[in-house]
Amino acid sequence: MASFVRITLDDRVYLAEEGAQLVAAAKECGVYIPTLCNYPGIPPKGACRICTVLVNGIPHTACTTKVVEDMNVVTTTPELEAFRTSIVEILLAEGNHFCPICERSGNCELQALAYRYRVPVSSFPYLFPTRDVEAWHPKLIKDHNRCIQCKRCIRGIHNAKGQAIFAFGKRGDKVVINIDRETSRDISDELAQQAMDICPVGAILRKGKGFDTPIGRRTYDHAPIGSEVAP
Amino acid sequence: MTRKIIIDPVTRVEGHGKVTIQLDDDGQVVQSRLHIVEFRGFERFVQGRPYWEAPVLVQRLCGICPVSHHLAAAKAMDVVVGAGTGTGLTPTAEKIRRLMHYGQVFQSHTLHFFHLASPDLLFGYDAPPETRNVMGVALANRELATQAVLMRKYGQEIIAATAGKKIHGTGAIPGGVNKSLSREERDRLLKGDGGPLNADQMVTWAQGALAFFKDYYRQHRDFIDGFSRFPSSHLSLVRPDGALDLYHGVLRAVDAEGRRILDDVDSQDYLQHFREEVKSWSYMKFPYLKKLGPENGWYRVGPLARMNVADFIPTPLAQEEFEAFRAVGGGKPNDRCMLTHWARLIEVLHAAECMRDLLQDPDILGSDLVVTGSRQSEGIGLLEAPRGTLFHHYRVGEDDLIQMANLIVSTTNNNEPMNRAVHHVARAMLTGVKEITEGMLNAVEVAIRAYDPCLSCATHAYGQMPLEVTLVDARGAVVARRRKSSVLAST
Ligand code: SF4
Ligand code: FES
Repeated sequence: MASFVRITLDDRVYLAEEGAQLVAAAKECGVYIPTLCNYPGIPPKGACRICTVLVNGIPHTACTTKVVEDMNVVTTTPELEAFRTSIVEILLAEGNHFCPICERSGNCELQALAYRYRVPVSSFPYLFPTRDVEAWHPKLIKDHNRCIQCKRCIRGIHNAKGQAIFAFGKRGDKVVINIDRETSRDISDELAQQAMDICPVGAILRKGKGFDTPIGRRTYDHAPIGSEVAP
Repeated sequence: MTRKIIIDPVTRVEGHGKVTIQLDDDGQVVQSRLHIVEFRGFERFVQGRPYWEAPVLVQRLCGICPVSHHLAAAKAMDVVVGAGTGTGLTPTAEKIRRLMHYGQVFQSHTLHFFHLASPDLLFGYDAPPETRNVMGVALANRELATQAVLMRKYGQEIIAATAGKKIHGTGAIPGGVNKSLSREERDRLLKGDGGPLNADQMVTWAQGALAFFKDYYRQHRDFIDGFSRFPSSHLSLVRPDGALDLYHGVLRAVDAEGRRILDDVDSQDYLQHFREEVKSWSYMKFPYLKKLGPENGWYRVGPLARMNVADFIPTPLAQEEFEAFRAVGGGKPNDRCMLTHWARLIEVLHAAECMRDLLQDPDILGSDLVVTGSRQSEGIGLLEAPRGTLFHHYRVGEDDLIQMANLIVSTTNNNEPMNRAVHHVARAMLTGVKEITEGMLNAVEVAIRAYDPCLSCATHAYGQMPLEVTLVDARGAVVARRRKSSVLAST
């Protein structure tokens, strides 16, 4: 049986499930910790660092940190907010993110975080990398321009045999996430949709569908990301 | 002394262009040109993108009439997804798109007539530039200016309700639309929440604008009948029965005598009939009818052309105006450039009537939004945009990425006529005169402005708008220079 322990979140004391993921536990308590590479139900990776909080004064990624008794967590300080803003800005500058033409606009977590942290434009120099659009797959398009390498797709999308259908290619700053030709063969429409949905940005698209959610009914059209946890 | 006059940029138009006028030793105009000096190249950067992005992507080449590009691209992609050409959509999808388009025509034409063109009419083309601008209109005629703002607003509200937002929405998708109207949206647009923003009021105000122009015409008949008048062919889409149809139809062209030179051609066959010529001094291409060649195959598009090509207008109030308009032409196509304003206002009225009808049609509340069929590798979408016939043509690979795009934009179709208009007015105004005044140069711009050119669409360009007029002698030395600061504060 789950045991509940006392933790402090931003100077308030809560009961949280011992061993639970800190991001999820904070959410239960109504405290928002921003995430990007984290996705409920799949193993956390700690790749993007945007969930960084102070645990007993030391920076920790909240998606990879488990709840322990008496932990003292600070989720928001000016430094943490500046750090998160920088992450958003770096990601925007590193890829080719043209929100006006992207069908994930309004449903994109990176865009939503940019709005939340008031980043109209990155303060880092834009790299404008030359990247491909991978469109050979019958059901999916992988737009490398928009990929932030969060690896949610690799961790979360598996075929009927349990094999990942996305995989790394290349290394270092050339790293790309490709659709695996073998394991992605014969995927169902449902799995293709799940792949599109798991991607926080518009880097995975389903073929032949697009812009079917009207403006006004998209996830972040009316309230900023995070307000579903802490309005 | 040979002189060259440069009007750079032309003001109170959308986009960035300049005019050069060359005078010889005797002060005769020997050459005049409208140069379009900026370039954006959407045809290139839509390549390699998924086809369903095209309606959202290409509309970004304009902020005034994005809906036209949005819809023309969507119509082309209807063909690609196998939904057919124009008539294959569900009634809800077609009517929502039409409503969006009429909202667009209504707001764009209103913007042009009141904000851009009316200062010339209200104050005269040679009035001091300090008053000859939209602020001058607001100060001199408060009621007119208020109506203009509210009419634009209404058109934009229609667009927001159908496309999702006022500028650069996403409503039209390949094979249909992504939303219809809710009952609340419909009621608000039809009845206006008790305020003036309702469908009936728009019809009334459109009639008022027409009365304003016709009154002006009565008082300035000589000027209008003589200004920048030259024969040309005219091109427009028409409904197969000959009715004015801004959203869909067949291609028809008539020559200066009214004889058909293009007889109701299917939009998918446009390439068999049209060619484009490139000239070294402008980024804007010169389209022409293939069978007549580049010399004689040019034509006008836009409101004036549409009034000359269509047989009738299928809404009663606009039809009455159409009959009065046609009577002036005496059975031939009307070539009075300034009557484009009249034609434009007739379309404002037509759009207002269409919006009112559509808002009372239960289909716009429907939920059957998208159809698809067998996938095609090529699609062509044509539309009568506010400024004239708009062509979008795409080829899409089996991988769903766009391989080729060709856009012939309304203003591009009017390239040759605008150049002729410039030459015509320059000759009439500047030949042999000793001192060239700002008013004379504005007259050149008045002729261009009648076409309501959108130069950003035409070359996919935009720019800041300082106006500089330079007189240089034959050796290139600057004789005189005149500079104005911005589009609102200048001519
Ligand atoms: S494709 Fe999407 S989910 Fe996969 S790594 Fe890139 S951004 Fe993350
Ligand atoms: S969400 Fe925790 S590191 Fe990305």
